[in-house]
Amino acid sequence: MKFSFSEEQTEFRNMLRRFLNDRSPTTEVRRVMETESGYDAEVWRMMAEELGVAAIHIPEAYGGAGFGVSELAIAAEEAGRALLPSPFFGSTVMAATAIAEAGTDAQKQALLPGIASGGTIAALAAAEPGTGWNADAFTATARPDNGSWRLAGRKSYVLDGMAASLVVAAARLPDGGLGLFSLPADSAGLARRPLQSMDPTRRLAQMDFDGAPADLLGGPEAGAPAWARTLDVAAVCLAGEMVGGAERLREDALEYVSMRMQFGRSIASFQVTKHKAADMLLEVELAKAAAYYAAAAADDDDEVDQPLPALASLAKATASDTYMQTAIHAVQMHGGIGFTHDNDTQLWFKRAKASEAFLGTAADHRERMLQHWNA
Amino acid sequence: MTDFTEDDIRAQVRAWLTDNWDPERGLVEWRNMLIESGWGVPHWPEEWHGRGLPVGMAPVVEEEFDKGGAVGVAKMGIRTLAAATILEHGTDLHKQRFLRGILTGEETWCQLFSEPGSGSDLAGAVTRADFQGGKWVINGQKVWNTSAHHADFGLLLARTDWDAVKHQGLSYFLLDMRQPGVEVHQLRQMNGHASFNQVFFTDAVVEPEYQIGGLGEGWKVATTTLMHERRGADGVRRYATGSDRPGRIYEEERAEVATVMAPYVWYPQRTGRADLLIERAKAAGRWDDPAVRQEVAKALTLARTAEWTARRAREAQQLGLPQGPEGSIGKLAASIVARACARAHTMIAGPDAMLTGEDDGTGGVVAEILVSTPAISIAGGTDEIQRNIISERILSMPKEARHDTDRPFRDVPRNQVG
Repeated sequence: MKFSFSEEQTEFRNMLRRFLNDRSPTTEVRRVMETESGYDAEVWRMMAEELGVAAIHIPEAYGGAGFGVSELAIAAEEAGRALLPSPFFGSTVMAATAIAEAGTDAQKQALLPGIASGGTIAALAAAEPGTGWNADAFTATARPDNGSWRLAGRKSYVLDGMAASLVVAAARLPDGGLGLFSLPADSAGLARRPLQSMDPTRRLAQMDFDGAPADLLGGPEAGAPAWARTLDVAAVCLAGEMVGGAERLREDALEYVSMRMQFGRSIASFQVTKHKAADMLLEVELAKAAAYYAAAAADDDDEVDQPLPALASLAKATASDTYMQTAIHAVQMHGGIGFTHDNDTQLWFKRAKASEAFLGTAADHRERMLQHWNA
Repeated sequence: MTDFTEDDIRAQVRAWLTDNWDPERGLVEWRNMLIESGWGVPHWPEEWHGRGLPVGMAPVVEEEFDKGGAVGVAKMGIRTLAAATILEHGTDLHKQRFLRGILTGEETWCQLFSEPGSGSDLAGAVTRADFQGGKWVINGQKVWNTSAHHADFGLLLARTDWDAVKHQGLSYFLLDMRQPGVEVHQLRQMNGHASFNQVFFTDAVVEPEYQIGGLGEGWKVATTTLMHERRGADGVRRYATGSDRPGRIYEEERAEVATVMAPYVWYPQRTGRADLLIERAKAAGRWDDPAVRQEVAKALTLARTAEWTARRAREAQQLGLPQGPEGSIGKLAASIVARACARAHTMIAGPDAMLTGEDDGTGGVVAEILVSTPAISIAGGTDEIQRNIISERILSMPKEARHDTDRPFRDVPRNQVG
């Protein structure tokens, strides 16, 4: 629903929140982000097997739960709130969507059930160094080879790229069109290395393809629309993740100023603090409204008055501006302690910073929004 | 009585209209018939011109009126606030004297609350009412009084006790505006319109029976008026237009609408007019300018997210869910939307933003946006008051320290007003 959630959706949200409070508190986030894999395999297994988080929007015919993007975005929001390090976004939100959009029935039968079970972690290698997620600028190529294809070129900012056993890659076809391909992560001709991510809770990788053999998902015409839809779904879910994180930052900053005393009084009693807190609430509520509306658009575009790409980009732009601004305010409201490593605010600050750029900046998305806007 | 079905009501209204509706009747004659039948205000009590129907039935009756093009009772402007206040707190004399004239539209009203020294702090009013020679004698000044220049009566908040604490020293009066001690001056705004007035009282008089609520209960009664103002309930329709159908009654209604709506002609412009941005950018040849496009996208985003947030609040209310923060931020959001739109309109207009009237290239619409948007963050509760309300009521942050509620009002520091 565009303006409210069903009881089932609310129950799903509450269940996730309870689980994450219990199994992924900030102490755990800090422990896990120092490990080599960057996520807790046991927490991910429980989320996939007991809560069905890896399968939410994957069709039931391919081992999924058959829910919509609205439910997927709820999970993203709760994961963002908890700053959960997990392959959820890279594997379920991005790679599974690309496969579901582009693949033939046989390919979906072969690839999606593994992702839905959580047992297979997949990654989407699309963005390229410097130019990011702008498909017009993709330079990696695919050439036909004996009924199969071979990929060449460099992909970057690949979310969960090191954890993945399955890779979906975007590459240019000989006619200039866009193809989406799948290949095992340990294929010959594919070299991966972890990138030094500013946000240690969100791992990125670089992938170099040098003649790696790959399967074309669907036909040569399938790639471009599948990529566009995948980017929209990812932008909607990222907006959800960001408003979840922003709300958590806002609440934690409010709790801190409410207990902090200076000059013999609570700093929450200073009007300058109160007005900042009111503005933070306003901004987060507006961004939430955008994220929820865009998620509804992804499920049923007859329900809304603008096309999905316009609304997905609107939501991404406003949520990433709001997340960053909320993080800046949150550090400021904590004062000196907010700049320390030990204070948790910095963890969300770094996620906000990474999310500003991930999938394209707010300015990129505002431009995209207008290109699709029905005036 | 609630044992009616909606269909029964609809059938009754239709039957009554079939027998009585005639667009060639005079407006006042017709409204008197509405009052006699109770169909003009069906949710009011039967003894006071209504039918005692549940409030939820009023829109149903109105819908049937609209279908047939039938005109209703007068329900635009400040008179609705007068009616609500009198219905809730008035004596039988008040109801007898005023309700009919409000509904027929023969008598118009204004609100006399704000003062030069008390805007956000409304309870700090210093206009005085002194009981002398068996009457209340009024002296002082009010401001921001919409329609006071043609009003017959005013809803007056005045101080009757200077030794009581602030909120307990106020009383509420129904004041006859047509008397020598009342002087009205129009107040010109920065956008050139004069939608409001200043009202000066020099020994103006109110008979004791036209005090409403008890002595010292003025703030309580004012709260009712303000609640109805905020709700915009009972059909304070700021953008109402008359029907363009032929017929004597429509002509008379159009004249009424034009008078009542005159103060509000610039109200659409104070919102920032997000709806005009793209069309203006194209017309001005600025639609390919990436910087302009960014500002337009930001303004559109704010306007749409504010609208969706309001829809979320309404839907939560309809579903009977506890009110979340989304219900309290609309006023503040509107200010931010208006500013973002004004900024984008300025970028689009370029050097034409220096011009106004016919010379600005838009018939003065953009110029009016640029000089009207400051009103939205002041009128009806400033942004600063909104932020206090949000932080204290929604976020439970500590209240501001006050220095006006612990002592007699005469000892409270206040503005020097000439």
